[in-house]
Amino acid sequence: MQEYKFTEEQEKEISRILAKYPVKTSALLPLLTLVQRADRVVSPEAMVAISKKLDVSPAYVQSVMSFYTMYHTEKVGKYMILFCINISCQLNGCDKLLEHTARKLNIKVGETTSDEKFTLHREECLAACTEAPMMRVNDTYYGNLTEQRIDQILESLD
Amino acid sequence: MTQILFKDINKEGLHTMKVYEGLGGYQSLKKAFAQKPEEIVEAVKASGLRGRGGAGFPTGLKWSFLAKDVFPRYLCCNADESEPGTCKDRELLLKNPHLLIEGMILCSYACRIETGYIYFRGEFQDLSFIMDKALDEARAKGYLGKNILGSGFDLDIHTHLGAGAYICGEESALLNSLEGGRGEPRMKPPFPAVEGLYSKPTVINNVETLCAVPYIVSEGADKYAALGTEKSKGTKLVSVSGHVKKPGNYEIEMGTPTSELIYNLAGGIQNDNKLKAFIPGGSSVPMLPADKVDTPYDYESLAEAGTMLGSGALIVIDDSINIVEATLRLISFYMHESCGKCTPCREGTRWLHQIVERIMQNKGQLEYITRLEDICDNMAFKTFCPLADACVAPVVSSIKYFRADYEEYFKNVPAGAAS
Repeated sequence: MQEYKFTEEQEKEISRILAKYPVKTSALLPLLTLVQRADRVVSPEAMVAISKKLDVSPAYVQSVMSFYTMYHTEKVGKYMILFCINISCQLNGCDKLLEHTARKLNIKVGETTSDEKFTLHREECLAACTEAPMMRVNDTYYGNLTEQRIDQILESLD
Repeated sequence: MTQILFKDINKEGLHTMKVYEGLGGYQSLKKAFAQKPEEIVEAVKASGLRGRGGAGFPTGLKWSFLAKDVFPRYLCCNADESEPGTCKDRELLLKNPHLLIEGMILCSYACRIETGYIYFRGEFQDLSFIMDKALDEARAKGYLGKNILGSGFDLDIHTHLGAGAYICGEESALLNSLEGGRGEPRMKPPFPAVEGLYSKPTVINNVETLCAVPYIVSEGADKYAALGTEKSKGTKLVSVSGHVKKPGNYEIEMGTPTSELIYNLAGGIQNDNKLKAFIPGGSSVPMLPADKVDTPYDYESLAEAGTMLGSGALIVIDDSINIVEATLRLISFYMHESCGKCTPCREGTRWLHQIVERIMQNKGQLEYITRLEDICDNMAFKTFCPLADACVAPVVSSIKYFRADYEEYFKNVPAGAAS
């Protein structure tokens, strides 16, 4: 296994994160998020590197990580699309729009496009119910979706 | 209608210190620091403010339960807003982060807390960036840090992100997650007020709850308590979503009829369809049929009607869909979010899903309804946390009020399909 190297900037960020907590382990989720945002995956090498930073075992890191749906053990696309399918979105027609999005990207829900640009996931409530139907692409929320609006959003991302 | 939390919500630049201060922001601090911490706790008690996250527990009382003379203590603001239908905290955090910071400073002063965390659900990364900026502004102004405004009181507040787990909105699971563990609920007691974060006394409050505190300190507990009903004081943010023409977050005085929210504020039912059902307090509470639409929107009236105010998410369903479809979607959610720690929840949510799915595939029979009720009976109140109870709520209430919708699926069962 190759050693995982944090960048200089990441090292600074890690120090800033660690300073927030009286107990190191609290930094576990923030460090996993840091790695995931940079690499679009949390590799076994990164888990080991994080475990060393926090003085816990790699197995502990993995056991915590596996509890949370936002960490991925396989690399996801440059744009992660989380498509809400919960009740308020369901009542406003999200199922058809999700199908449309999958068709448009030529993948099944849960898959990544072959150019690694998009990953499409069905997602539980994202707390934007008054703008249903909605989706989140990376950090951005898009509400009041229609087929045309989805097409425009996908085309605007490069 | 009196607006407290949403008074200036659409004012341009409200998220910046300059605009927020210009509108009187942070004025409550001087007033608070002139009083003893206990006086603030008493004021919050007298205001009648109750937890806006879902449980509705009296806020001042919660603060007064902190283990005596044990320090350090912590404040955790629950910004894990994940209850389907609920998006009020998101609007507050997006547009008015300083209101939360001001509320957290007041709570911390009242409870002698020197460290606060805001636990955001992982998907709220955008909001945590906004909050980090607001916190920096507050530090630069001396509202956070050492010896705040010469009071001798120190406080810092940090943001913390979860990573996608509904259960982390449950307070003890939130603590485990914030400590860097799996977000599984803890056995209670001990309650967080005695043994919370890092086993120290901890206050956990919802975003909306803390955002109401500056008004109570500035304007007085009496003024807050004068709003609403006898037992449900003040105002409430309600997220109205589903089949309505103008979905949105609306601030109402407690006790406003639910019909006012649906037909007036939210503009009525889409396509002028007929109202069929509504879920008043987020997906975890029982749904009610259309004839209960005049129920006053407050804790007691909704409880009397057989449901709960919950997190204040009013989901409106019209007569264009079969209720079983909506019910299955909710069961599916709870099945996905069950942490798996307690057997009745882990297995029960899955069984409910299998049976209702089978019914919808026209492979069910009448006896399935009894089986559903049986499973619900074996799930409710038999687990560490209320996730199992939450899953049971839509199932039992949909059977109670919309049995005909289930029976619709039994009419066309091919011979030999049911088992």
